[in-house]
Amino acid sequence: MATTAHKHPNYILIWAYLFGLTVLEVLFAFEMPISRNLKILVLLGLAVWKALLVALYFMHLKFESRHLRLMVLVPLPLAAIFILAVITEHIW
Amino acid sequence: MTHATATLDQMRPPAAAEPGLPIYNNKLGMWVFLASEVMFFTGLIGAYVILRFGAPGEWAKPNVVLNVPLTGVNTFILICSSVSMVKAFAAIAGGDRKGLSRWLLATILLGATFVSIQGVEYWKLVHEGFTPAGYTDGSRIAELVAQGKLVGATGGLYGSTFFTMTGFHGFHVTCGVISMIYVWLKSLRGGYTQQDYRGVEVIGLYWHFVDLVWIILFTIVYLI
Repeated sequence: MATTAHKHPNYILIWAYLFGLTVLEVLFAFEMPISRNLKILVLLGLAVWKALLVALYFMHLKFESRHLRLMVLVPLPLAAIFILAVITEHIW
Repeated sequence: MTHATATLDQMRPPAAAEPGLPIYNNKLGMWVFLASEVMFFTGLIGAYVILRFGAPGEWAKPNVVLNVPLTGVNTFILICSSVSMVKAFAAIAGGDRKGLSRWLLATILLGATFVSIQGVEYWKLVHEGFTPAGYTDGSRIAELVAQGKLVGATGGLYGSTFFTMTGFHGFHVTCGVISMIYVWLKSLRGGYTQQDYRGVEVIGLYWHFVDLVWIILFTIVYLI
């Protein structure tokens, strides 16, 4: 067997989510009369949501073993720390 | 006595090898490669954040320099290519070899369309005066700077970071399309079966990762 056996999720539904979230992002970037910082936070939140959908369902992380999920997740806090550290340049 | 115990410990044979993750080597290798790619793109995004927010004034509002509707459509095309890729995977997992080849071909075409549209976007931007080295004199972009819609003091930072980030991503998509053509040709020769479709899964992981990176880049570069 080539891979971990699991039931395939509804890929078209995930596609619809991704499409809807992309439209929402573009509308939000142009139309919303809110502060720039709040807009950045919401847009980043939507992007992370979309990225999670791709990783969990298209890359099948949701159905992989706990060990593999841990292996993938461990470097992510480092990436987040790196980005947060350089953002402080802007905040202070 | 303590000395004797320590010597005995050193003389013991090494622990027996333990089995690794319950996945095959190609897939493990791809995940390790993708972890290194996360750090590669994190470095690029980190440099972008420093340069953009550290620069005097705002670079440009969305859609002033970059064509957001066009890239929005391109983003949609890349998302569609991820769906066709995962459908190819589901097809061969269900033993449908023809379905595999069809969906792989769809993925190749969608990926090639994405790169082509990016090429058109680059050509148009350079033609309008937006280059990695800055804004060319007398161009539309130079006019926007003169009208105060863009901060000219940022020089080539905006252009160089834009072309570096999107260019590296485009390079990844191009590599993915070329690799996918190989997988597609192999699928036409019956190289993948319901029992062994490792190549399809591994190229799929790479393809979805490239899609995932674009989702982040589209937001950071085009919408913020």
